[in-house]
Amino acid sequence: MSTTNEELLARSTEIIEASTTGNGASSGALGEGGLQGPSGGEATSTGSIGSLILRVFLENKLAIVGVALVILMLLFSFVGPLIYHTNQIGVNLADTTLPPSSSHVLGTDPSGFDVLGRLMYAGQSSLEVGLAAAAMATLIGVVWGAVAGFFGGIIDAVMMRVVDVLLSIPALFLLIVLAVIFTPGKVGLIFIIGGLAWLTPARLVRGETLTLRTREYVQAVRVMGGKNRRMVLRHIIPNAIGTIVVNATFQVADAILVLAALSFLGLGIQYPQADWGSMLSDGSQYVLTGYWWLIVPAGVCIVVVVVAFNFIGDALRDSLEVRLQQR
Amino acid sequence: MIVILGVTLIVFLLFQLAPNGAVGLARTDLGSRASPIQITQFIHQNGFNLPWWDQYWHLIDNYAHLNFGYSYHFNQPVRSLIGEFLPRSLVLVGMSTLLALLVAVPLGIFQTVRRNKVSDYVLTSLAFIFYAMPPFVFGLLLILYLAIDNHFFAPIVPSTEGVVQMMTDFHAMFLPVLTLATGTIAAFSRYMRSSMMDSLAQDFVRTARAKGASRSRVLFRHALRNALIPIITLLGLSLPAIVSGAVITETVFNFPGMGYLTYRAADQYDIYVVVGTTIVATVATVVGSLVADLLYAVADPRIRYVHN
Repeated sequence: MSTTNEELLARSTEIIEASTTGNGASSGALGEGGLQGPSGGEATSTGSIGSLILRVFLENKLAIVGVALVILMLLFSFVGPLIYHTNQIGVNLADTTLPPSSSHVLGTDPSGFDVLGRLMYAGQSSLEVGLAAAAMATLIGVVWGAVAGFFGGIIDAVMMRVVDVLLSIPALFLLIVLAVIFTPGKVGLIFIIGGLAWLTPARLVRGETLTLRTREYVQAVRVMGGKNRRMVLRHIIPNAIGTIVVNATFQVADAILVLAALSFLGLGIQYPQADWGSMLSDGSQYVLTGYWWLIVPAGVCIVVVVVAFNFIGDALRDSLEVRLQQR
Repeated sequence: MIVILGVTLIVFLLFQLAPNGAVGLARTDLGSRASPIQITQFIHQNGFNLPWWDQYWHLIDNYAHLNFGYSYHFNQPVRSLIGEFLPRSLVLVGMSTLLALLVAVPLGIFQTVRRNKVSDYVLTSLAFIFYAMPPFVFGLLLILYLAIDNHFFAPIVPSTEGVVQMMTDFHAMFLPVLTLATGTIAAFSRYMRSSMMDSLAQDFVRTARAKGASRSRVLFRHALRNALIPIITLLGLSLPAIVSGAVITETVFNFPGMGYLTYRAADQYDIYVVVGTTIVATVATVVGSLVADLLYAVADPRIRYVHN
């Protein structure tokens, strides 16, 4: 232990440089500009994760299909109503549950709304809530997991027990309790769904953090006097970003499914608003009469969106694993 | 145990967070025209005027004695409601999980044997689609095409049936069990496939082949036994999701189980029923996961729970 402070500092700088060159050499997409700035250890900037994602999509056919489907559904829901004009405001009791015809491509629902137009309108809610809830779940999960993993010890134990307890409750029951007590609107649903979905990302990020905090470049930041917050925000989280992005993609699919399930039970998006789940809920009243156009289109929409996001997530995960193997 | 305490605490805190607090609960239970005197009486009866630690203690005490409160909507104690509905749900979840395992494991083996052939790709894509298809979509489609258009099965489950009657009523039970099992099959067969691939790549498989064991013997005796171990873990981990799926499935088929009870109660804002079923479902899930953990030790001789 005869090393002086200067020596330590010099050594830690070396380590930082070594770690960034390592990153840069192995993963190409991640390492851009790793050696340029003084902020050496922060290998993964947001720009490089962007280029990683871009590369994955160009290489993987399933990912292209997934993105195409997502864009298609976004266009369908948000641009579609501008092209295909329907009345989604006034109830039309003269034209309820009409089968598909030339004037109503997918027929009409029990309130006389055009089903195709209703699908677009409902898709807006489904996609908005799905994306927002996933973003919220990821944010909470990342912070929770990083803090727990970084500090370790009793903080980690307590924080992860909370996650374990919440994970062992069948989520839908808890969602029903919450929905009954708070009778949420669209924003409330985002908070409730996101507020229960952060458990998986929290676990994943904690696992990553546990390994990352022992890496030389994180140790080096500590030696150089870096604050805890800096280590977590600028070194640990950016290096775990692959896992986080992959999980976030799956979160979107899950959130859309959860919203649809809640709405199907009549506890989600409330009439006169709609989402795909509530359309199915309406349709289920007419299943015994065989009105397929109230069920099949909304079901197809849900499945297509969820499959699309799963494709993207799988492709991202594959590429991430390849990157890890190359390291 | 900690989990169960945690669940009660969460549910209790949710009670405390309810907008309008006790008065709001009183109004939902007694109706909006309840007089202030009635409301005060309700609050005193249910102990909502006590400090929160006292209330939490009473809650734990009550639940420990299986006293889940009284359902105003069904007009009977929540305990007897659960006693009536829970066995049917256990039948549904048990049968569909069994079916899922019986289908998914052979499917996974089949895909490993025929890996990267057309049948493997077809099954993988099907798994993708069914994995993404929530039970309320699949269930409704099944009703539409198998029960309404062609009268192969009954579209809804008769609500009068007892447990034994139910287990033998293939006509009514097939669709709900299939609906609940499908998502699990999709997830498990994918996992089974990768798990088999993993164990086929292990050294001991090569050793077995080298010493002259036949292809099928290696597959079933050596690789399969090892590949099944992670499936047991997965089963324990998937139980909460399967139970959640059961809620939806029961609602779709009017299946008179816990999930349907929860749904009906939630529709009427019958909070004691909802909270009671949530806790019972959680306990059942935790017990199920525990059983899976114990099975794990049975399947894998390397794992022993040491008790001194």
